[in-house]
Amino acid sequence: MSSIAEELAKKQKEISVSEFFERNRQILGFDSQVKSLIMGVKEAVDNSLDACEEAMILPDVGVQIERVDKDEYKVTVEDNGPGIMKKAIPNVFGRLLYGSRFHAVRQSRGQQGIGISATVMFGQITTGKATRVRSKVAQEETAWELEIIINTKKNMPEVLKQDPVIWDGKEHGTKIEFYMNGRYLQGKQSVMEYLRQTAIVNPHARFTFIDPEGRRIVFERAHEQLPPATKEIKPHPDGLELGTLMNMAKETKLKTLTKFFQNDFSRISDRLAKEICDKAMISTEKNPGSLSLEESKRLITAIGQVKIMAPQNDCLSPIGEGLIRKGLKNVLVEQRPEFYAHPVTRDPKVNAGNPFLVEVGIVYGGDLPKDQPVQILRFANRVPLLYQQGACAITKSIESTDWRRYGLEQRGGNGIPFGPAIILVHVASTKIPFTSEAKEAIANIPDIQAEIELALKICGRSLKTHLNKKETKSRTRAKFDIVQIILPLIAQKSAKIVNKPVPALSGTITKIMNVVWIDDAVVYEKGKHKVRVTLYNYTPKGQKINIHMVVPKDSFDYTGLQFFPAEVKDDGKITWELPTIPSTHKVDINFSLKGLDKEAYDDNEIYFSGIDPVMVIGADLLPGDWDVKRLEVTETAPAAVEEEEEEVDYDEQKEALNDD
Amino acid sequence: MTDETDRDAVKELYKIASDIYDQIDSGKIPKMVLPLRTKSNIRFDPKHGVWKYGKATGARTAKKTNGALMLLRTMYTLELIEDMIKQKKSSTLREMYYISEGWDKAKFNSQDESNLLSEDLEIVTGCMREDFKLRPEENGASIIGNLTIEEFDRKGRTKRINCLDDVGDSGYGIPYNVEKDKVKIVESDADFIIAIETGGMFDRLVENGFAEDFNSVLVHLKGQPARSTRRFIKRLNEEMKLPVVVFTDGDPWSFRIFASVAYGAIKTAHISEYLATPTAEFIGITASDITNYELPTDKLTDMDVRALKAELNDPRFNDAFWRGEIETMLHLNKKAEQQALAKYGLDFVTDKYLPEKLGELGMLKK
Repeated sequence: MSSIAEELAKKQKEISVSEFFERNRQILGFDSQVKSLIMGVKEAVDNSLDACEEAMILPDVGVQIERVDKDEYKVTVEDNGPGIMKKAIPNVFGRLLYGSRFHAVRQSRGQQGIGISATVMFGQITTGKATRVRSKVAQEETAWELEIIINTKKNMPEVLKQDPVIWDGKEHGTKIEFYMNGRYLQGKQSVMEYLRQTAIVNPHARFTFIDPEGRRIVFERAHEQLPPATKEIKPHPDGLELGTLMNMAKETKLKTLTKFFQNDFSRISDRLAKEICDKAMISTEKNPGSLSLEESKRLITAIGQVKIMAPQNDCLSPIGEGLIRKGLKNVLVEQRPEFYAHPVTRDPKVNAGNPFLVEVGIVYGGDLPKDQPVQILRFANRVPLLYQQGACAITKSIESTDWRRYGLEQRGGNGIPFGPAIILVHVASTKIPFTSEAKEAIANIPDIQAEIELALKICGRSLKTHLNKKETKSRTRAKFDIVQIILPLIAQKSAKIVNKPVPALSGTITKIMNVVWIDDAVVYEKGKHKVRVTLYNYTPKGQKINIHMVVPKDSFDYTGLQFFPAEVKDDGKITWELPTIPSTHKVDINFSLKGLDKEAYDDNEIYFSGIDPVMVIGADLLPGDWDVKRLEVTETAPAAVEEEEEEVDYDEQKEALNDD
Repeated sequence: MTDETDRDAVKELYKIASDIYDQIDSGKIPKMVLPLRTKSNIRFDPKHGVWKYGKATGARTAKKTNGALMLLRTMYTLELIEDMIKQKKSSTLREMYYISEGWDKAKFNSQDESNLLSEDLEIVTGCMREDFKLRPEENGASIIGNLTIEEFDRKGRTKRINCLDDVGDSGYGIPYNVEKDKVKIVESDADFIIAIETGGMFDRLVENGFAEDFNSVLVHLKGQPARSTRRFIKRLNEEMKLPVVVFTDGDPWSFRIFASVAYGAIKTAHISEYLATPTAEFIGITASDITNYELPTDKLTDMDVRALKAELNDPRFNDAFWRGEIETMLHLNKKAEQQALAKYGLDFVTDKYLPEKLGELGMLKK
């Protein structure tokens, strides 16, 4: 009789990967009924989007959830991807950790090929039903339909049934149907919310969702271009671990250290490879296969001492400033937000050899709730993160930013701010450091958090600028009302009563205003952005002023101009030197921008020069760095226009007269 | 109203418009200067024994939106008044508020606003709002007591009315105009006037025969009394030499009712000498009555407390009696209604409370 220890050892061996996950399903995120359903949809949709993008197809993804029984749902996800060859189908859907992406250094949604097969397995465990996959590749006449279950002991797929089928009107694509126990809910953590957020960060995709009550919701495609394909890159030396280096050295086919560094890593030049070897005091000609542990350690130290270029960023797929705005607008139309802050896409940085970049977008106002915490939309590699908000580096970064400086309410200057806003944060990386295998929250890596905070601040500044502008506008608007509407009426009425001609108003108007007021607007019409900048000279004297604006590159339309700019720079900076505007006269600068998407331009950036800044309302003084770099709006509070009150304002007396 | 007062009113209104016109014409920011209508700007006028606006002024200027809008409203109102004078029409204050519906941007936001503007015009012109063909809504304050008046009624007849014998239990209704051309006070042999805040207490005194038994004239104030009620009390006091006592609830708001009868209201301080009766006496409910008579009470609300504290800064209440009353009430943290006296039965007020209080004031003729 064998010993108990032997028995256990035998058993242990038998635990396959599938079995391990079956016993620890919460690791994959299938830990509650509500969550399971979302996870199932998420894994299938992620796969569809990745497949479409790899094949350069604009994704068209359909999701349907039907209720089969009290706790049992049928999930169908269909895409227009390239399809999967019949012989690969069983492994793709019926084998955990199968897939090409596992070893690649590139940004992708799934990152590890564990998702869809885990879904298949979860469905199988909870309902006992097989998964049906139908797929068609363009070069084949028919589609194949397979019914698959997973042999959890062996981590191998078992095909129960396979038939060729005619797929009407379908050139290529994949459809997966599985059953699982779950619970369908609506709200912040729901299939609907997952799809909505996915649509925001994937404006090139179209999503159709049919919910269990048969309602059909479509998120239309907002952008007809695929994001640029991401490339696989070789490991970047930053953050390289000793074990990885030794493994790579053992496996390389190259015979010298310099060649090994140059070819098997990214961003190492011949010169840099030599420098590393010199610093480690190892011959550049040494065979990597013969490195000792001690030598490897020295190499790691040396790598840390040389300056290595950041990894190339074409392995990352940022959504991009334009598309963040477009995606948000496309999905948030109903909330009618008043402002979309200029989104921020940061340059890639490196964490432990993996490039990452951070993007932030802020939406403000409209029908968004004013008295609640802001809504946080978290994304990792274009995938929404719905769970574990509190544990996520994105949330932590938002909490540690002082939002009071950017116009949101926040008690004590930390924690989640309150106000009518949505904050979107996207972290893209070849390897996102998640807190767990369920990929629900990004781990708190200081470098990543610092980048997120920086991006939040830049975007926050854009929000603050908007709020300042709005505030100034409303104050000036009130004065404008006085001089343009109320005062003329007072003049007319008084003239009528005393039976005299209506008096001229200019003297009074300039005394009330005594500013040059700049008002602007932009509308999108017939494929062009029409911009109007109006300058009202409400001062007692003629004023000469220069106006400077920043518009997208190459968009300025030279036709139909009344005031020709004095200068138009390549980077979109335009300067007008306007003729003297007589007192109480106005001047309109009208021009068009052509060839831009509607969303690409919706807020004028206006500066002035050549005049005392206290005389101008409605634009900012030209910053000193205008000619140096891309403009960053400096945070100056609008100049206070306090008038000296030589007398008490009769109508501003707070005391109520009716208290006796 | 005579043609002469009409001409005066038109002339005064023209002056306002002309002033605004000239300011704009000379390139200034148009403004109107008015005395501040605040409690910090009322001063005792020793000549009349009432409180009037002091010297502090404020400007209504077109520099700010509110001021500009009020100036525009003023212009519309001037036009409206001129039209009414020409066409021999008049409107109620409420009608004026609704007329402004057609003034577009100049429309009043509330009737308070239009009422205040009509008072502003009185202050600036020295005319009365009746001269502007503006009148208040009938407020139905009433009088019962041995008093004979002659009213020039709507049919042009002079009606002689004894306010005890010729009226029902609701008394003689005080019209909005109580000037001599409308109401003539003929005679009265009453000993005093008792002005009562609430309708419930007025009816109680009527039912208990207080007017007859105590040879008094009962005036229902109906809360904060209208101008005509105050004016009529003043005339009775002056022309018939009748002393006036004021009988209200015991709360901060009632103190203000008394102040407006006796000292002049802040809101109408420009015509205090015409409305206020300086010799009027406060009979109760006083703060000390609450303890002395062990009256049922309510707790002071936050608003009550604020009102009392505001009264401590009100120059009209700046004497030993009122300081004592206000501080006692704050200390007790309680208030009482007139009707709280019913705790001791329906006749208690006329059999015991009022005789005691009137006795203290030396007003009871034995």
